[in-house]
Amino acid sequence: MIDMQTLYLVVPLAPLAGALLAGLFGWLIGRTWSHRITILGIAVSCVASYLVFQDVQQGGHFNGAIYTWLTSGGINFEIGFLIDKLTAMMMLVVTFVSLMVHIYTIGYMRDDPGYQRFFSYISLFTFSMLMLVMSNNFVQLFFGWEAVGLVSYLLIGFWYTKPTAIYANLKAFLVNRVGDFGFLLGIGLVLAHAGTLDYAQVFGQASALAGQTIHLIPGQEWSLITVICILLFIGAMGKSAQFPLHVWLPDSMEGPTPISALIHAATMVTAGIFMVARMSPLFELSETALSFVMVIGAITALFMGFLGVIQNDIKRVVAYSTLSQLGYMTVALGASAYSVAIFHLMTHAFFKALLFLAAGSVIIAMHHEQDIRHMGGLRKYMPITWITSLVGSLALIGTPFFSGFYSKDSIIEAVHASHLAGSGFAYFAVVAGVFVTAFYSFRMYFLVFHGKPRFPIHDAAHGHDEHGNSGTPHETPWVVWLPLVLLAIPSLVIGYYTVGPIIEGNWFGSAIYVADQHHAMQALAEEFHGATAMALHALYTLPFWLALGGVITAYLLYMVFTGLPAKIAQRFSLIYTILERKYGFDEFYVWFFAGGARRIGNGLWKQGDERVIDGWLVNGTAKLVGWFSGVIRQFQSGYIYHYAFAMLIGVFVLMTWFVKV
Amino acid sequence: MLLGMPLLSLVIWMPIFFGVAVLVTGDRNAFAARWLALIGATLSFAVTIPLYTQFDLASAGMQFVELAPWIETFKINYHLGVDGISVLFILLTSFTTVLAVIAGWKVIEKNVAQYMAAFLIMSGLMIGVFAALDAILFYVFWEAMLIPMFIVIGVWGGARRVYASIKFFLYTLLGSLLMLVAFIYLYLKSGSFEILQFHQLPLSLKEQVLIFLAFFTAFAVKVPMWPVHTWLPDAHVEAPTGGSVVLAAIMLKLGAYGFLRFSLPITPDGSHALTGFMITLSLIAVVYIGLVALVQTDMKKLIAYSSISHMGFVTLGFFIFSALGMEGALVQMISHGFISGAMFLCVGVMYDRVHSRNIADYGGVANKMPMFAAFFVLFAMANSGLPATSGFVGEFMVIMGAIKVNFWYAFLAASTLIFGAAYTLWMVKRVVFGAVGNDHVAHMQDISAREFLVLALLAVVVLAMGIYPKPFTEVMHASVNNLLAHVSVSKCGADCAW
Repeated sequence: MIDMQTLYLVVPLAPLAGALLAGLFGWLIGRTWSHRITILGIAVSCVASYLVFQDVQQGGHFNGAIYTWLTSGGINFEIGFLIDKLTAMMMLVVTFVSLMVHIYTIGYMRDDPGYQRFFSYISLFTFSMLMLVMSNNFVQLFFGWEAVGLVSYLLIGFWYTKPTAIYANLKAFLVNRVGDFGFLLGIGLVLAHAGTLDYAQVFGQASALAGQTIHLIPGQEWSLITVICILLFIGAMGKSAQFPLHVWLPDSMEGPTPISALIHAATMVTAGIFMVARMSPLFELSETALSFVMVIGAITALFMGFLGVIQNDIKRVVAYSTLSQLGYMTVALGASAYSVAIFHLMTHAFFKALLFLAAGSVIIAMHHEQDIRHMGGLRKYMPITWITSLVGSLALIGTPFFSGFYSKDSIIEAVHASHLAGSGFAYFAVVAGVFVTAFYSFRMYFLVFHGKPRFPIHDAAHGHDEHGNSGTPHETPWVVWLPLVLLAIPSLVIGYYTVGPIIEGNWFGSAIYVADQHHAMQALAEEFHGATAMALHALYTLPFWLALGGVITAYLLYMVFTGLPAKIAQRFSLIYTILERKYGFDEFYVWFFAGGARRIGNGLWKQGDERVIDGWLVNGTAKLVGWFSGVIRQFQSGYIYHYAFAMLIGVFVLMTWFVKV
Repeated sequence: MLLGMPLLSLVIWMPIFFGVAVLVTGDRNAFAARWLALIGATLSFAVTIPLYTQFDLASAGMQFVELAPWIETFKINYHLGVDGISVLFILLTSFTTVLAVIAGWKVIEKNVAQYMAAFLIMSGLMIGVFAALDAILFYVFWEAMLIPMFIVIGVWGGARRVYASIKFFLYTLLGSLLMLVAFIYLYLKSGSFEILQFHQLPLSLKEQVLIFLAFFTAFAVKVPMWPVHTWLPDAHVEAPTGGSVVLAAIMLKLGAYGFLRFSLPITPDGSHALTGFMITLSLIAVVYIGLVALVQTDMKKLIAYSSISHMGFVTLGFFIFSALGMEGALVQMISHGFISGAMFLCVGVMYDRVHSRNIADYGGVANKMPMFAAFFVLFAMANSGLPATSGFVGEFMVIMGAIKVNFWYAFLAASTLIFGAAYTLWMVKRVVFGAVGNDHVAHMQDISAREFLVLALLAVVVLAMGIYPKPFTEVMHASVNNLLAHVSVSKCGADCAW
């Protein structure tokens, strides 16, 4: 039996080792060995995570330092692990999805010249994400937080000659930095008032912090804990792409599809959700912050869903769906249903990774065509992708018995039970969101897999493209479809098996703290009578019929009355334009923040530095000295009679002076 | 004692000796000059290592002390010593000199021996500044080091090198004169030029404020703080790569070091009285200069402005009077030495190939120089303060220290998270990424083994310091705590009225 602590170290270090070997020596070991080594690293990490998960199930727990990163001012900043049920679940989800994506990448990136680099990056990402979730303190959390941001930057811009990709990765990094700015200030306030950044010690002082107030604006007294929680949540808004910091996520689709699945759907973007759940002992103390969280989540859940309706790029539809689902998780956090948020995080990780990878499979088959208007009827050509996509879509819209149903329905119920300010709006948003989700999901599903093919079908004689594929789309190789199947299984069943322990059994135990007066979880537990009963009961509730309505509407509009969508778009052209321009956030940010900063910068540079400081003060001084010496120089004419005359005058002045005295 | 010489003297005079030796070999034999310079710089670095390994972490006092009379009429002594504040900068100086010598290896073809000699001599003089415990000795080193730098910019610089070098020289010289006046005043009051005695000298608040301002003009120009910073972009733009590296990595640190060695301990009440002033200037540097950096079109100018912005963190860290802030500032100084040095070297690598510093003249460098691009992105990330690089540590510590004093200090300082990333990564996007921009870029060759060595060394240090900064701060603890305790005690006694 291996020592548990060694196992904890193995989990993040195995992917790191893979990343370093493939990254630094990829040129030496070649493509095959690069993917073998990194996949081995992830597999080891995944198995170790499973063992840790088992151990935690049996009551295992760890909270300790690995090494002291820094000491200063009597404070120890440490790198360490906190292993509890929350961590263990995240570790398992991250390593499993990462393993699937690694395998899938072999097929997807097969012809890419940056093959080794790609494997190195995704392994490095897995390492960073694991360090983030395993951390037992805020510093390491921030390390992981920024490190996943870095890898996301590198991967969005993986095809670095593509102008849209390098625009998107800069945008993603900067928008995330805005979130991190708030996050770091939140961490700073924690340190300033708690004197430590260790989770356990900070949470131990949480109730003492709750009583304190802080003056940020003269005359305004704010609750300290509210300020801290909102600042920390701003970090989550960046990383988990919540309104109004959501703008980077759709553009991040410029990156290769495997990372869209891994980073921008299943794991990194859920870091914000995880962080808030981890900080539940703090958030529980501020109802203002919880309300804020809930409203932001609700706005994201509904309004980002609308945008999914009009997208034609297969990846962007899934991306807006991700935004919307992240909004659902955030709403659950605001309703104090942290375990439900994590539950949805887990089920979403499986079915959304599945949907992205399936989209990637379609993209390969379509020779990198991503416009769903040019697809159709793919069901015949790629049956595995078709079935798994259907499973993913059904899970996403919350079909009873599918995994997504249990988590999403729990969120809706939890919000229903919440009495915080804004919970009414949030309830409306998440219920209305069900219709929207079902509609855009099945719009895409029908357009891609059903109907007549809307792409040119070449006959076999028409030659082969550079992939060696014939013109007709066909099922992708096993490295691509196997992960789809392996992800479809949990998408189908995992909710059924885990909903009981999570809702009824207080599965996360002490890892999540809920104040007594926030009884969303209690309400869920009281109403829960088993997974089957929950699914059957749902048939009598509004969300189910809304979801069904969404599917039927999509069917009617895109399968039966196919001319209608264009007419609707024309009729409601104002709404259509607003949606098409994504409510104008991108334009506004580019004009106001990016443009504004450049205008101010230019002003300060040209007027401040060059004109006032250099022009007037520095060179002005030099000119003044020059001018003055020019004047003085007149006296140094070199003519003796000038000097003699001046001397005479001087003598005369002096004499007058002395005579007077 | 090493080679029969006390360690600090050896550390100062060895590079100077080698510098003179290189000068003697003459410009005709460039090969000998280069190798002799490299051997000299490496040996000079090697002899500084015992300063770290034999350093007593528990002691807050001066270590490796040497004391000998120099000009007895004025009680001027040859007095050397290092504490936890200065010791790391000596290592940084000798390390950077090795890099500067290698960086100028092939690029400098004119007067090679003189160029190499200038860097070696400058290295010894700068170490002298960090080690001097006598005010006049300090002043001599302080002024003397300007001369080699003046020559380096003026002779091997770019098109406007004469303007830049004279601006650099006059700007910094002018500031230093008021410092000399302050020294003489302190001498008249205390009867010696011993810096450590200055520390103990009681002074009225008025005296302290005036002396503080006199020191301020000298040190603020050197740091440089806003608004006396405009010499730096010009000097950097015109200086050859090695000059920029030394300027950014070490010369800027001398001004900041001066605040710690002179301003704070000699005039504690003056420092406290002017805290608001200093913090305001520091924050202006972070925000204003950050915005100015954003719109630069010249890479060297951009990095120069970025340096000023980062140095704002240093002065902010000093004047919040906490261990976290001060140690953070010191870490920031060392880290900035590595990172800005690396950034200038990277620009130098590109300049050597394309002969342009303009961002617009590049694009898609990664296509032709993938290895170089990896380094450049790493250093750019470090410059943006990414965790696990040294750039994060100092900024993090200073922000954490500042927030305890005033939330809004931290708020403004932390804006560098956004601005720093914006100006650095926007430059990276336009220079490194994208399709090949033009024919010049298309003909770029990836880095040579020599360039790889220099950048790899810096990359290792930048990462090591980010992943495990504890060994760096450990050295500082005793001295920083001692200084903070000293500064918290008033020296003005009955004369504390303004």
